[in-house]
Amino acid sequence: MSLYHLQKFLYELNRDETAQQKYRNDLETLLDDFDLSDEESNALREGDIGLLYVLGVNGQILMHYAAFLEIEWFAYLELMREGIAKHGPVRAGVYAMTGGGESFTVEGKKR
Amino acid sequence: MSLVYAGVLSHAPGITGRAHLVENTAKRDEFYAALDKQRREIQDSGAEALIVIAAEHFANFFMNNMPAYCIGIGSQYEGPIEDPDWLKISRTKVPGAADLATRLTREVMKTVDVAYAEEWKFDHGIMVPLHFLTPEYDLPIIPVNINCQGPPLTPLHRAWAFGKALRRACDSVPEKIAVVGTGGISHWPATPDSGKINEKWDREFLDRLMRNDKDALLSYDDIQTYRDAGQGGFEIRTFIAIAAASGGDGELQFYTAELPIFAVGCTVARFSLDRTA
Repeated sequence: MSLYHLQKFLYELNRDETAQQKYRNDLETLLDDFDLSDEESNALREGDIGLLYVLGVNGQILMHYAAFLEIEWFAYLELMREGIAKHGPVRAGVYAMTGGGESFTVEGKKR
Repeated sequence: MSLVYAGVLSHAPGITGRAHLVENTAKRDEFYAALDKQRREIQDSGAEALIVIAAEHFANFFMNNMPAYCIGIGSQYEGPIEDPDWLKISRTKVPGAADLATRLTREVMKTVDVAYAEEWKFDHGIMVPLHFLTPEYDLPIIPVNINCQGPPLTPLHRAWAFGKALRRACDSVPEKIAVVGTGGISHWPATPDSGKINEKWDREFLDRLMRNDKDALLSYDDIQTYRDAGQGGFEIRTFIAIAAASGGDGELQFYTAELPIFAVGCTVARFSLDRTA
Protein backbone atom coordinates (compact mmCIF):
# COMPACT_ATOMS: atom_id res chain seq x y z
CA MET A 1 0.00 0.00 0.00
CA SER A 2 2.85 2.35 0.77
CA LEU A 3 4.17 2.20 -2.80
CA TYR A 4 0.77 3.43 -3.91
CA HIS A 5 1.14 6.55 -1.76
CA LEU A 6 4.74 7.08 -2.84
CA GLN A 7 3.66 7.05 -6.47
CA LYS A 8 0.70 9.27 -5.72
CA PHE A 9 3.00 11.82 -4.12
CA LEU A 10 5.06 11.95 -7.30
CA TYR A 11 1.99 11.90 -9.55
CA GLU A 12 0.64 14.99 -7.77
CA LEU A 13 4.05 16.67 -7.80
CA ASN A 14 4.61 16.01 -11.51
CA ARG A 15 1.35 17.59 -12.65
CA ASP A 16 0.66 20.36 -10.14
CA GLU A 17 2.63 23.59 -10.00
CA THR A 18 1.28 24.34 -6.52
CA ALA A 19 2.67 21.02 -5.27
CA GLN A 20 5.96 21.85 -6.98
CA GLN A 21 6.16 25.15 -5.11
CA LYS A 22 5.40 23.33 -1.87
CA TYR A 23 8.06 20.73 -2.64
CA ARG A 24 10.62 23.51 -2.94
CA ASN A 25 9.45 25.63 0.00
CA ASP A 26 7.76 23.33 2.51
CA LEU A 27 8.57 19.73 1.68
CA GLU A 28 7.86 18.37 5.17
CA THR A 29 4.26 19.60 5.12
CA LEU A 30 3.78 18.07 1.69
CA LEU A 31 5.20 14.76 2.88
CA ASP A 32 2.79 14.77 5.83
CA ASP A 33 -0.13 14.52 3.42
CA PHE A 34 0.94 11.05 2.30
CA ASP A 35 1.22 7.75 4.14
CA LEU A 36 4.90 7.04 3.51
CA SER A 37 7.50 4.86 5.19
CA ASP A 38 10.69 6.45 6.52
CA GLU A 39 12.62 4.92 3.64
CA GLU A 40 10.24 6.46 1.12
CA SER A 41 10.19 9.88 2.79
CA ASN A 42 13.97 9.98 2.91
CA ALA A 43 14.21 8.95 -0.74
CA LEU A 44 12.01 11.93 -1.59
CA ARG A 45 13.93 14.33 0.64
CA GLU A 46 17.16 13.32 -1.09
CA GLY A 47 15.76 12.96 -4.61
CA ASP A 48 17.17 9.45 -4.57
CA ILE A 49 16.28 8.28 -8.08
CA GLY A 50 18.05 4.93 -7.67
CA LEU A 51 16.17 3.95 -4.54
CA LEU A 52 12.83 5.19 -5.85
CA TYR A 53 13.39 3.08 -8.97
CA VAL A 54 14.17 -0.02 -6.92
CA LEU A 55 11.14 0.58 -4.68
CA GLY A 56 9.00 0.13 -7.77
CA VAL A 57 7.92 3.64 -8.71
CA ASN A 58 6.50 3.47 -12.23
CA GLY A 59 9.24 4.53 -14.62
CA GLN A 60 7.15 7.19 -16.31
CA ILE A 61 6.36 8.85 -12.99
CA LEU A 62 10.01 8.64 -12.01
CA MET A 63 11.23 10.00 -15.37
CA HIS A 64 9.04 13.08 -15.01
CA TYR A 65 10.33 13.56 -11.44
CA ALA A 66 13.94 13.32 -12.65
CA ALA A 67 13.16 15.96 -15.27
CA PHE A 68 11.65 18.16 -12.53
CA LEU A 69 14.90 17.77 -10.58
CA GLU A 70 16.77 18.81 -13.75
CA ILE A 71 18.82 15.62 -13.85
CA GLU A 72 20.56 15.17 -17.19
CA TRP A 73 19.35 12.21 -19.29
CA PHE A 74 22.37 9.93 -19.11
CA ALA A 75 22.90 10.75 -15.43
CA TYR A 76 19.28 9.74 -14.79
CA LEU A 77 19.82 6.35 -16.47
CA GLU A 78 23.02 5.85 -14.48
CA LEU A 79 21.29 6.69 -11.20
CA MET A 80 18.82 3.87 -11.83
CA ARG A 81 21.69 1.45 -12.52
CA GLU A 82 23.42 2.58 -9.35
CA GLY A 83 20.20 2.01 -7.44
CA ILE A 84 20.11 -1.59 -8.65
CA ALA A 85 23.77 -2.09 -7.72
CA LYS A 86 23.20 -0.69 -4.24
CA HIS A 87 19.73 -1.98 -3.34
CA GLY A 88 19.14 -4.99 -5.59
CA PRO A 89 16.50 -5.65 -8.26
CA VAL A 90 13.35 -3.61 -8.70
CA ARG A 91 10.88 -4.81 -6.08
CA ALA A 92 7.53 -4.12 -7.77
CA GLY A 93 5.86 -3.09 -11.00
CA VAL A 94 6.69 -3.60 -14.67
CA TYR A 95 9.68 -1.28 -15.06
CA ALA A 96 12.36 -3.80 -14.04
CA MET A 97 15.81 -3.65 -15.58
CA THR A 98 16.14 -6.53 -18.04
CA GLY A 99 19.16 -5.51 -20.05
CA GLY A 100 21.93 -6.26 -17.58
CA GLY A 101 22.78 -2.61 -17.01
CA GLU A 102 24.33 -1.91 -20.39
CA SER A 103 23.67 1.19 -22.46
CA PHE A 104 21.63 0.62 -25.62
CA THR A 105 22.64 3.81 -27.41
CA VAL A 106 25.87 4.81 -29.08
CA GLU A 107 25.43 8.21 -27.52
CA GLY A 108 25.29 6.66 -24.05
CA LYS A 109 28.19 4.29 -24.60
CA LYS A 110 30.45 7.22 -25.39
CA ARG A 111 29.75 8.82 -22.01
CA MET B 1 -18.52 9.40 -43.85
CA SER B 2 -16.75 11.97 -41.77
CA LEU B 3 -13.57 10.19 -40.79
CA VAL B 4 -11.14 11.64 -43.32
CA TYR B 5 -7.75 10.48 -42.05
CA ALA B 6 -6.34 7.69 -39.86
CA GLY B 7 -2.70 7.18 -38.98
CA VAL B 8 -0.21 6.26 -36.29
CA LEU B 9 3.00 7.78 -35.02
CA SER B 10 5.49 7.49 -32.18
CA HIS B 11 5.42 9.88 -29.25
CA ALA B 12 8.53 9.22 -27.16
CA PRO B 13 9.77 12.31 -25.30
CA GLY B 14 13.27 11.88 -26.67
CA ILE B 15 11.97 12.66 -30.17
CA THR B 16 11.99 16.31 -29.19
CA GLY B 17 13.81 16.35 -25.86
CA ARG B 18 16.94 14.53 -26.98
CA ALA B 19 17.06 15.67 -30.59
CA HIS B 20 20.29 17.52 -29.86
CA LEU B 21 22.02 14.36 -28.63
CA VAL B 22 21.43 12.32 -31.80
CA GLU B 23 24.50 11.14 -33.69
CA ASN B 24 22.58 9.83 -36.72
CA THR B 25 21.16 13.21 -37.66
CA ALA B 26 20.36 12.12 -41.23
CA LYS B 27 18.01 9.41 -39.97
CA ARG B 28 16.52 11.81 -37.42
CA ASP B 29 15.76 14.35 -40.11
CA GLU B 30 14.27 11.64 -42.33
CA PHE B 31 11.93 10.80 -39.44
CA TYR B 32 11.01 14.44 -38.95
CA ALA B 33 10.28 14.73 -42.69
CA ALA B 34 7.90 11.76 -42.46
CA LEU B 35 6.12 13.44 -39.56
CA ASP B 36 5.85 16.66 -41.54
CA LYS B 37 4.37 14.72 -44.43
CA GLN B 38 1.81 13.32 -42.02
CA ARG B 39 1.01 16.88 -40.95
CA ARG B 40 0.39 17.86 -44.57
CA GLU B 41 -1.79 14.79 -45.17
CA ILE B 42 -3.98 15.68 -42.21
CA GLN B 43 -4.18 19.28 -43.39
CA ASP B 44 -5.03 18.20 -46.93
CA SER B 45 -7.77 15.90 -45.64
CA GLY B 46 -9.72 18.98 -44.57
CA ALA B 47 -9.97 17.71 -41.01
CA GLU B 48 -11.77 20.11 -38.69
CA ALA B 49 -10.63 18.29 -35.56
CA LEU B 50 -7.95 15.77 -34.65
CA ILE B 51 -8.57 12.88 -32.29
CA VAL B 52 -5.36 11.71 -30.61
CA ILE B 53 -5.62 8.22 -29.15
CA ALA B 54 -2.80 8.26 -26.65
CA ALA B 55 -1.35 6.16 -23.88
CA GLU B 56 -0.69 8.75 -21.24
CA HIS B 57 1.88 8.48 -18.50
CA PHE B 58 0.11 9.60 -15.31
CA ALA B 59 -0.63 13.14 -16.36
CA ASN B 60 -4.33 12.86 -15.47
CA PHE B 61 -5.21 9.37 -14.44
CA PHE B 62 -3.88 7.42 -11.49
CA MET B 63 -4.62 4.16 -9.74
CA ASN B 64 -7.15 5.88 -7.45
CA ASN B 65 -9.65 5.89 -10.32
CA MET B 66 -8.17 4.57 -13.55
CA PRO B 67 -10.41 4.50 -16.62
CA ALA B 68 -9.67 1.93 -19.28
CA TYR B 69 -10.84 4.48 -21.86
CA CYS B 70 -11.41 8.19 -21.57
CA ILE B 71 -12.41 10.89 -24.06
CA GLY B 72 -11.67 14.56 -23.52
CA ILE B 73 -14.72 16.78 -23.92
CA GLY B 74 -13.13 20.01 -22.73
CA SER B 75 -12.94 23.27 -24.65
CA GLN B 76 -9.27 23.86 -23.88
CA TYR B 77 -6.29 21.88 -22.65
CA GLU B 78 -2.73 22.64 -21.63
CA GLY B 79 0.63 20.97 -21.78
CA PRO B 80 3.19 19.68 -21.41
CA ILE B 81 3.14 18.74 -17.74
CA GLU B 82 6.84 17.95 -18.00
CA ASP B 83 9.59 20.52 -17.62
CA PRO B 84 9.41 22.34 -20.99
CA ASP B 85 13.20 22.62 -21.12
CA TRP B 86 13.46 18.84 -20.76
CA LEU B 87 10.87 18.09 -23.44
CA LYS B 88 11.94 21.03 -25.61
CA ILE B 89 8.29 21.97 -26.10
CA SER B 90 6.97 25.20 -24.61
CA ARG B 91 3.98 25.09 -22.30
CA THR B 92 0.90 26.16 -24.21
CA LYS B 93 -2.89 26.10 -24.44
CA VAL B 94 -4.46 23.74 -26.94
CA PRO B 95 -8.01 24.17 -28.27
CA GLY B 96 -10.50 21.38 -27.67
CA ALA B 97 -13.75 20.54 -29.46
CA ALA B 98 -16.23 20.28 -26.60
CA ASP B 99 -19.49 19.96 -28.52
CA LEU B 100 -18.14 17.54 -31.12
CA ALA B 101 -16.37 15.42 -28.51
CA THR B 102 -19.53 15.20 -26.43
CA ARG B 103 -21.53 13.99 -29.43
CA LEU B 104 -18.84 11.43 -30.25
CA THR B 105 -18.78 10.22 -26.65
CA ARG B 106 -22.54 9.72 -26.64
CA GLU B 107 -22.28 7.63 -29.77
CA VAL B 108 -19.32 5.56 -28.53
CA MET B 109 -21.24 4.83 -25.31
CA LYS B 110 -23.88 2.96 -27.28
CA THR B 111 -21.45 0.04 -27.60
CA VAL B 112 -18.42 0.72 -25.37
CA ASP B 113 -18.34 2.16 -21.86
CA VAL B 114 -15.99 5.11 -21.69
CA ALA B 115 -15.14 7.76 -19.16
CA TYR B 116 -15.02 11.40 -20.16
CA ALA B 117 -13.09 14.39 -18.85
CA GLU B 118 -13.48 18.15 -19.22
CA GLU B 119 -10.02 18.68 -17.74
CA TRP B 120 -6.92 17.16 -19.28
CA LYS B 121 -3.28 18.00 -18.99
CA PHE B 122 -1.22 16.78 -21.91
CA ASP B 123 2.06 14.97 -21.37
CA HIS B 124 4.64 14.05 -24.00
CA GLY B 125 2.32 11.33 -25.29
CA ILE B 126 0.15 14.01 -26.88
CA MET B 127 2.44 17.04 -26.97
CA VAL B 128 5.14 15.39 -29.09
CA PRO B 129 2.63 14.40 -31.81
CA LEU B 130 1.02 17.85 -31.71
CA HIS B 131 4.43 19.51 -31.96
CA PHE B 132 4.83 17.92 -35.38
CA LEU B 133 1.23 17.62 -36.59
CA THR B 134 -0.25 20.98 -35.50
CA PRO B 135 2.76 23.12 -34.61
CA GLU B 136 0.62 26.27 -34.39
CA TYR B 137 -1.87 24.51 -32.08
CA ASP B 138 -4.70 25.81 -34.24
CA LEU B 139 -6.54 22.54 -34.90
CA PRO B 140 -9.10 21.51 -32.25
CA ILE B 141 -7.94 18.40 -30.44
CA ILE B 142 -9.97 15.59 -28.90
CA PRO B 143 -7.71 13.63 -26.57
CA VAL B 144 -8.47 9.97 -25.97
CA ASN B 145 -6.66 7.76 -23.53
CA ILE B 146 -6.29 4.02 -23.36
CA ASN B 147 -4.73 2.93 -20.09
CA CYS B 148 -1.48 1.22 -21.04
CA GLN B 149 0.38 2.06 -17.81
CA GLY B 150 -1.44 0.87 -14.73
CA PRO B 151 -2.39 -2.83 -14.91
CA PRO B 152 -4.87 -4.40 -15.12
CA LEU B 153 -5.07 -3.18 -18.70
CA THR B 154 -7.95 -3.40 -21.15
CA PRO B 155 -7.76 -6.55 -23.32
CA LEU B 156 -6.73 -6.08 -26.94
CA HIS B 157 -10.09 -7.15 -28.30
CA ARG B 158 -11.67 -4.32 -26.31
CA ALA B 159 -9.21 -1.86 -27.83
CA TRP B 160 -10.42 -3.14 -31.18
CA ALA B 161 -14.06 -2.71 -30.14
CA PHE B 162 -13.29 0.82 -28.96
CA GLY B 163 -11.74 1.67 -32.33
CA LYS B 164 -14.81 0.38 -34.12
CA ALA B 165 -17.09 2.37 -31.83
CA LEU B 166 -15.06 5.51 -32.43
CA ARG B 167 -15.35 5.01 -36.19
CA ARG B 168 -19.11 4.63 -35.95
CA ALA B 169 -19.21 7.79 -33.87
CA CYS B 170 -17.10 9.75 -36.34
CA ASP B 171 -19.31 8.63 -39.20
CA SER B 172 -22.41 9.79 -37.34
CA VAL B 173 -21.42 13.47 -37.30
CA PRO B 174 -21.06 15.93 -40.19
CA GLU B 175 -17.64 17.29 -39.23
CA LYS B 176 -14.50 16.05 -40.96
CA ILE B 177 -12.33 14.27 -38.41
CA ALA B 178 -8.78 12.94 -38.44
CA VAL B 179 -7.58 10.37 -35.93
CA VAL B 180 -4.09 9.30 -34.99
CA GLY B 181 -2.93 6.65 -32.59
CA THR B 182 0.27 7.34 -30.79
CA GLY B 183 2.34 4.87 -28.88
CA GLY B 184 5.38 2.73 -29.02
CA ILE B 185 5.85 -0.78 -30.22
CA SER B 186 8.71 -2.69 -28.58
CA HIS B 187 10.56 -0.46 -26.15
CA TRP B 188 11.75 -0.27 -22.57
CA PRO B 189 11.38 3.45 -21.81
CA ALA B 190 12.12 4.98 -18.43
CA THR B 191 14.30 2.06 -17.40
CA PRO B 192 18.10 1.67 -17.60
CA ASP B 193 17.34 -0.33 -20.78
CA SER B 194 16.07 2.79 -22.53
CA GLY B 195 17.11 2.49 -26.16
CA LYS B 196 16.58 -1.26 -26.33
CA ILE B 197 14.42 -2.11 -29.38
CA ASN B 198 13.35 -5.53 -30.67
CA GLU B 199 13.32 -4.69 -34.37
CA LYS B 200 12.24 -8.20 -35.42
CA TRP B 201 9.22 -8.01 -33.11
CA ASP B 202 8.43 -4.51 -34.35
CA ARG B 203 8.49 -5.52 -37.99
CA GLU B 204 6.27 -8.54 -37.37
CA PHE B 205 3.78 -6.37 -35.51
CA LEU B 206 3.86 -3.69 -38.20
CA ASP B 207 3.31 -6.32 -40.88
CA ARG B 208 0.18 -7.48 -39.09
CA LEU B 209 -0.89 -3.88 -38.56
CA MET B 210 -0.40 -2.84 -42.18
CA ARG B 211 -2.40 -5.87 -43.34
CA ASN B 212 -4.99 -4.90 -40.74
CA ASP B 213 -5.14 -8.55 -39.78
CA LYS B 214 -7.51 -8.49 -36.82
CA ASP B 215 -6.93 -12.06 -35.69
CA ALA B 216 -3.14 -11.70 -35.87
CA LEU B 217 -3.21 -8.39 -34.02
CA LEU B 218 -5.45 -9.68 -31.27
CA SER B 219 -3.38 -12.84 -30.77
CA TYR B 220 -0.72 -11.04 -28.72
CA ASP B 221 -0.90 -11.45 -24.97
CA ASP B 222 0.62 -9.16 -22.38
CA ILE B 223 2.94 -11.76 -20.87
CA GLN B 224 4.59 -12.40 -24.23
CA THR B 225 4.55 -8.71 -25.08
CA TYR B 226 6.26 -7.83 -21.80
CA ARG B 227 8.93 -10.46 -22.43
CA ASP B 228 9.62 -9.61 -26.08
CA ALA B 229 8.61 -5.96 -26.39
CA GLY B 230 8.92 -4.57 -22.89
CA GLN B 231 6.38 -2.73 -20.81
CA GLY B 232 6.32 -0.10 -23.55
CA GLY B 233 4.84 -2.73 -25.86
CA PHE B 234 1.55 -2.48 -23.96
CA GLU B 235 0.97 0.68 -25.99
CA ILE B 236 0.13 -1.38 -29.10
CA ARG B 237 -3.44 -0.87 -27.92
CA THR B 238 -3.46 2.60 -29.48
CA PHE B 239 -2.31 1.27 -32.85
CA ILE B 240 -4.81 -1.58 -32.75
CA ALA B 241 -7.64 0.88 -32.06
CA ILE B 242 -6.63 2.84 -35.15
CA ALA B 243 -6.57 -0.30 -37.30
CA ALA B 244 -10.10 -1.06 -36.14
CA ALA B 245 -11.26 2.52 -36.71
CA SER B 246 -9.82 2.69 -40.21
CA GLY B 247 -10.99 -0.69 -41.43
CA GLY B 248 -8.45 -0.42 -44.25
CA ASP B 249 -4.93 -1.42 -45.13
CA GLY B 250 -2.01 0.48 -43.73
CA GLU B 251 0.91 2.10 -45.49
CA LEU B 252 4.11 2.13 -43.46
CA GLN B 253 5.67 5.47 -44.35
CA PHE B 254 8.60 5.33 -41.96
CA TYR B 255 10.17 2.94 -39.50
CA THR B 256 13.64 2.83 -38.03
CA ALA B 257 15.34 1.14 -35.12
CA GLU B 258 18.41 3.28 -35.78
CA LEU B 259 17.48 6.08 -33.39
CA PRO B 260 17.64 4.27 -30.03
CA ILE B 261 18.41 7.57 -28.31
CA PHE B 262 14.68 8.23 -28.85
CA ALA B 263 14.02 4.99 -26.91
CA VAL B 264 11.55 3.59 -29.46
CA GLY B 265 11.36 2.25 -32.99
CA CYS B 266 10.23 5.44 -34.72
CA THR B 267 7.08 4.86 -36.75
CA VAL B 268 4.81 6.81 -39.09
CA ALA B 269 1.96 5.17 -41.01
CA ARG B 270 -1.42 5.94 -42.45
CA PHE B 271 -4.44 3.78 -43.21
CA SER B 272 -6.92 3.72 -46.03
CA LEU B 273 -10.55 4.17 -45.11
CA ASP B 274 -11.83 2.17 -48.04
CA ARG B 275 -13.47 -0.72 -46.29
CA THR B 276 -16.56 -0.36 -44.17
CA ALA B 277 -15.30 -0.37 -40.61
